[in-house]
Amino acid sequence: MSNVAEAPQTLVVERAFAHPPEKLWRALTESPLLAQWLLNNDFEPVAGRKFQFRREPMPNWNGAIDCQVLVVEPFKRLSYSWGAMGLETVVTWTLTPVEGGTHLRMEQSGFASDQDRAYKGAKYGWQNFFNGLERVLGALL
Amino acid sequence: MTQTAANHVFRALADPTRRAIFEELARRGEQTVHALTRSAGVSQPAVSKHLTVLKRARLVRHRRDGRETHYRARPAALAPIVKWLDDYGAFWRERLDRLESLLQRMEP
Repeated sequence: MSNVAEAPQTLVVERAFAHPPEKLWRALTESPLLAQWLLNNDFEPVAGRKFQFRREPMPNWNGAIDCQVLVVEPFKRLSYSWGAMGLETVVTWTLTPVEGGTHLRMEQSGFASDQDRAYKGAKYGWQNFFNGLERVLGALL
Repeated sequence: MTQTAANHVFRALADPTRRAIFEELARRGEQTVHALTRSAGVSQPAVSKHLTVLKRARLVRHRRDGRETHYRARPAALAPIVKWLDDYGAFWRERLDRLESLLQRMEP
Protein backbone atom coordinates (compact mmCIF):
# COMPACT_ATOMS: atom_id res chain seq x y z
CA MET A 1 0.00 0.00 0.00
CA SER A 2 1.19 3.47 -0.61
CA ASN A 3 1.74 5.60 2.40
CA VAL A 4 1.60 9.23 1.44
CA ALA A 5 1.87 10.51 4.97
CA GLU A 6 5.21 8.86 5.65
CA ALA A 7 7.05 9.34 2.41
CA PRO A 8 5.26 10.99 -0.47
CA GLN A 9 7.42 9.61 -3.17
CA THR A 10 8.09 6.15 -1.89
CA LEU A 11 5.57 3.56 -2.87
CA VAL A 12 5.54 0.29 -0.92
CA VAL A 13 3.55 -2.78 -1.92
CA GLU A 14 3.90 -5.90 0.21
CA ARG A 15 2.51 -9.38 -0.09
CA ALA A 16 2.98 -12.83 1.43
CA PHE A 17 3.27 -15.80 -0.92
CA ALA A 18 2.95 -19.48 -0.01
CA HIS A 19 6.09 -20.24 -1.99
CA PRO A 20 9.76 -20.44 -0.98
CA PRO A 21 12.11 -17.48 -1.65
CA GLU A 22 14.04 -19.54 -4.22
CA LYS A 23 10.94 -19.83 -6.39
CA LEU A 24 10.07 -16.16 -6.09
CA TRP A 25 13.64 -15.31 -6.96
CA ARG A 26 13.30 -17.24 -10.22
CA ALA A 27 10.10 -15.37 -11.08
CA LEU A 28 11.87 -12.08 -10.33
CA THR A 29 15.10 -12.77 -12.20
CA GLU A 30 14.49 -15.18 -15.12
CA SER A 31 13.63 -12.99 -18.07
CA PRO A 32 10.94 -15.25 -19.64
CA LEU A 33 9.23 -15.73 -16.26
CA LEU A 34 9.48 -12.02 -15.51
CA ALA A 35 7.80 -11.32 -18.84
CA GLN A 36 4.87 -13.49 -17.83
CA TRP A 37 3.83 -11.39 -14.87
CA LEU A 38 5.62 -8.04 -15.12
CA LEU A 39 6.64 -6.79 -18.54
CA ASN A 40 8.61 -7.88 -21.61
CA ASN A 41 12.26 -7.34 -20.85
CA ASP A 42 15.88 -8.19 -21.56
CA PHE A 43 16.76 -8.41 -17.89
CA GLU A 44 19.82 -10.25 -16.59
CA PRO A 45 20.57 -10.48 -12.86
CA VAL A 46 24.01 -8.89 -13.12
CA ALA A 47 24.81 -5.72 -11.17
CA GLY A 48 25.54 -2.82 -13.51
CA ARG A 49 23.75 -4.39 -16.48
CA LYS A 50 21.43 -2.08 -18.39
CA PHE A 51 18.11 -3.40 -19.66
CA GLN A 52 14.62 -2.34 -20.66
CA PHE A 53 11.09 -3.17 -19.71
CA ARG A 54 8.47 -2.56 -22.38
CA ARG A 55 5.04 -1.20 -21.62
CA GLU A 56 2.26 -0.54 -24.08
CA PRO A 57 3.20 2.57 -26.08
CA MET A 58 1.16 5.67 -25.34
CA PRO A 59 0.86 9.00 -27.12
CA ASN A 60 4.25 10.73 -26.71
CA TRP A 61 5.86 7.66 -25.16
CA ASN A 62 7.18 4.52 -26.84
CA GLY A 63 6.67 2.47 -23.68
CA ALA A 64 10.35 1.80 -22.97
CA ILE A 65 11.44 1.79 -19.35
CA ASP A 66 15.20 2.21 -19.06
CA CYS A 67 16.70 0.27 -16.20
CA GLN A 68 20.02 -0.65 -14.68
CA VAL A 69 20.61 -3.44 -12.21
CA LEU A 70 21.85 -2.01 -8.92
CA VAL A 71 21.81 -4.84 -6.38
CA VAL A 72 21.64 -8.61 -6.78
CA GLU A 73 21.63 -10.57 -3.52
CA PRO A 74 20.29 -13.98 -4.50
CA PHE A 75 17.03 -14.96 -2.76
CA LYS A 76 17.15 -11.78 -0.66
CA ARG A 77 17.27 -8.51 -2.50
CA LEU A 78 17.07 -7.19 -6.03
CA SER A 79 17.18 -3.57 -7.01
CA TYR A 80 17.17 -1.68 -10.30
CA SER A 81 16.68 1.84 -11.51
CA TRP A 82 13.42 2.44 -13.36
CA GLY A 83 13.38 5.41 -15.70
CA ALA A 84 10.31 6.27 -17.68
CA MET A 85 9.37 9.54 -19.35
CA GLY A 86 12.19 11.40 -17.68
CA LEU A 87 11.28 10.28 -14.19
CA GLU A 88 14.04 8.29 -12.55
CA THR A 89 13.01 5.95 -9.74
CA VAL A 90 14.49 2.90 -8.01
CA VAL A 91 12.62 -0.37 -7.60
CA THR A 92 13.78 -2.64 -4.79
CA TRP A 93 12.49 -6.13 -4.09
CA THR A 94 13.12 -7.64 -0.67
CA LEU A 95 12.38 -11.28 0.06
CA THR A 96 12.02 -12.51 3.64
CA PRO A 97 11.38 -16.16 4.42
CA VAL A 98 8.38 -16.61 6.68
CA GLU A 99 6.57 -19.65 8.04
CA GLY A 100 5.19 -21.49 5.01
CA GLY A 101 6.41 -19.03 2.39
CA THR A 102 7.93 -15.67 1.59
CA HIS A 103 7.14 -12.09 2.40
CA LEU A 104 7.77 -9.91 -0.62
CA ARG A 105 8.22 -6.17 -0.39
CA MET A 106 8.37 -3.88 -3.40
CA GLU A 107 9.58 -0.37 -2.84
CA GLN A 108 9.64 2.23 -5.58
CA SER A 109 11.29 5.45 -4.57
CA GLY A 110 11.92 8.70 -6.33
CA PHE A 111 15.28 10.14 -7.20
CA ALA A 112 15.33 12.34 -4.15
CA SER A 113 16.29 9.43 -1.96
CA ASP A 114 20.03 9.92 -2.50
CA GLN A 115 19.80 13.48 -1.37
CA ASP A 116 17.67 12.42 1.54
CA ARG A 117 20.32 9.98 2.63
CA ALA A 118 22.86 12.77 2.52
CA TYR A 119 20.56 14.84 4.68
CA LYS A 120 19.82 12.08 7.12
CA GLY A 121 18.98 13.67 10.41
CA ALA A 122 18.08 16.92 8.72
CA LYS A 123 15.15 18.71 10.19
CA TYR A 124 12.93 18.13 7.21
CA GLY A 125 13.07 14.74 5.54
CA TRP A 126 10.46 13.11 3.39
CA GLN A 127 9.45 11.20 6.49
CA ASN A 128 7.87 14.19 8.11
CA PHE A 129 7.22 16.29 5.07
CA PHE A 130 3.58 15.44 4.73
CA ASN A 131 2.83 15.00 8.39
CA GLY A 132 1.83 18.60 8.69
CA LEU A 133 0.10 18.62 5.35
CA GLU A 134 -2.46 15.90 5.87
CA ARG A 135 -5.27 18.38 5.77
CA VAL A 136 -4.04 19.74 2.50
CA LEU A 137 -3.59 16.30 1.00
CA GLY A 138 -6.92 15.13 2.32
CA ALA A 139 -8.52 17.63 0.03
CA LEU A 140 -6.67 16.17 -2.94
CA LEU A 141 -7.30 12.49 -2.18
CA MET B 1 2.18 14.10 -19.50
CA THR B 2 1.40 13.27 -15.92
CA GLN B 3 4.92 11.96 -15.41
CA THR B 4 6.43 15.14 -16.76
CA ALA B 5 4.35 17.18 -14.36
CA ALA B 6 5.26 14.81 -11.54
CA ASN B 7 8.89 15.14 -12.54
CA HIS B 8 8.87 18.91 -12.07
CA VAL B 9 7.23 18.62 -8.68
CA PHE B 10 9.56 15.82 -7.56
CA ARG B 11 12.62 17.77 -8.61
CA ALA B 12 11.45 20.93 -6.94
CA LEU B 13 10.78 19.10 -3.70
CA ALA B 14 13.91 16.96 -3.85
CA ASP B 15 15.79 19.59 -1.89
CA PRO B 16 15.07 19.52 1.86
CA THR B 17 15.32 23.29 2.23
CA ARG B 18 12.80 23.82 -0.57
CA ARG B 19 10.57 21.23 1.00
CA ALA B 20 10.80 23.08 4.30
CA ILE B 21 9.92 26.38 2.62
CA PHE B 22 6.95 24.84 0.88
CA GLU B 23 5.83 23.18 4.09
CA GLU B 24 6.11 26.44 5.98
CA LEU B 25 3.95 28.21 3.39
CA ALA B 26 1.39 25.42 3.30
CA ARG B 27 1.12 25.43 7.08
CA ARG B 28 1.18 29.08 7.92
CA GLY B 29 -0.21 30.67 4.81
CA GLU B 30 1.16 33.63 2.90
CA GLN B 31 4.54 35.01 3.93
CA THR B 32 7.17 37.46 2.78
CA VAL B 33 10.69 36.47 1.73
CA HIS B 34 11.93 38.10 4.95
CA ALA B 35 9.73 35.97 7.15
CA LEU B 36 10.67 32.85 5.21
CA THR B 37 14.37 33.65 5.53
CA ARG B 38 14.03 33.82 9.30
CA SER B 39 12.51 30.35 9.50
CA ALA B 40 14.57 28.70 6.73
CA GLY B 41 17.96 29.23 8.32
CA VAL B 42 19.63 30.13 5.02
CA SER B 43 20.45 33.47 3.39
CA GLN B 44 17.80 35.57 1.69
CA PRO B 45 19.32 35.12 -1.80
CA ALA B 46 19.21 31.35 -1.20
CA VAL B 47 15.57 31.54 -0.17
CA SER B 48 14.77 33.61 -3.26
CA LYS B 49 16.49 31.06 -5.45
CA HIS B 50 14.51 28.23 -3.89
CA LEU B 51 11.30 30.19 -4.34
CA THR B 52 12.07 30.58 -8.04
CA VAL B 53 12.34 26.81 -8.42
CA LEU B 54 9.11 26.30 -6.47
CA LYS B 55 7.43 28.91 -8.63
CA ARG B 56 8.55 27.17 -11.81
CA ALA B 57 6.99 23.93 -10.54
CA ARG B 58 3.88 25.98 -9.77
CA LEU B 59 4.12 24.94 -6.13
CA VAL B 60 4.00 28.56 -4.97
CA ARG B 61 2.50 31.78 -6.26
CA HIS B 62 3.48 35.32 -5.41
CA ARG B 63 2.06 38.82 -5.31
CA ARG B 64 3.85 42.14 -4.92
CA ASP B 65 2.76 44.59 -2.30
CA GLY B 66 4.92 47.70 -2.35
CA ARG B 67 8.51 46.60 -1.77
CA GLU B 68 7.58 43.23 -0.35
CA THR B 69 6.79 40.06 -2.28
CA HIS B 70 4.37 37.68 -0.62
CA TYR B 71 4.41 33.99 -1.33
CA ARG B 72 1.81 31.36 -0.77
CA ALA B 73 1.67 27.59 -1.39
CA ARG B 74 -0.35 26.00 -4.16
CA PRO B 75 -1.07 22.58 -2.63
CA ALA B 76 -3.02 21.57 -5.74
CA ALA B 77 0.36 21.34 -7.47
CA LEU B 78 1.03 18.21 -5.39
CA ALA B 79 -1.65 16.39 -7.36
CA PRO B 80 0.87 14.80 -9.79
CA ILE B 81 2.63 13.10 -6.85
CA VAL B 82 -0.67 11.74 -5.58
CA LYS B 83 -1.56 10.61 -9.10
CA TRP B 84 1.84 8.97 -9.53
CA LEU B 85 1.38 7.00 -6.29
CA ASP B 86 -2.12 5.96 -7.31
CA ASP B 87 -1.12 4.89 -10.82
CA TYR B 88 1.92 2.91 -9.81
CA GLY B 89 0.17 1.50 -6.75
CA ALA B 90 -2.53 0.03 -8.99
CA PHE B 91 0.10 -1.15 -11.48
CA TRP B 92 2.15 -3.09 -8.90
CA ARG B 93 -0.84 -4.63 -7.16
CA GLU B 94 -2.16 -5.91 -10.48
CA ARG B 95 1.28 -7.29 -11.40
CA LEU B 96 1.61 -9.05 -8.04
CA ASP B 97 -1.74 -10.75 -8.72
CA ARG B 98 -0.21 -12.05 -11.93
CA LEU B 99 2.94 -13.12 -10.07
CA GLU B 100 0.75 -15.08 -7.67
CA SER B 101 -0.88 -17.05 -10.46
CA LEU B 102 2.45 -17.59 -12.22
CA LEU B 103 3.93 -19.05 -9.01
CA GLN B 104 1.02 -21.48 -8.84
CA ARG B 105 1.70 -22.62 -12.40
CA MET B 106 5.47 -22.99 -11.88
CA GLU B 107 7.16 -26.23 -10.85
CA PRO B 108 7.71 -26.29 -7.10
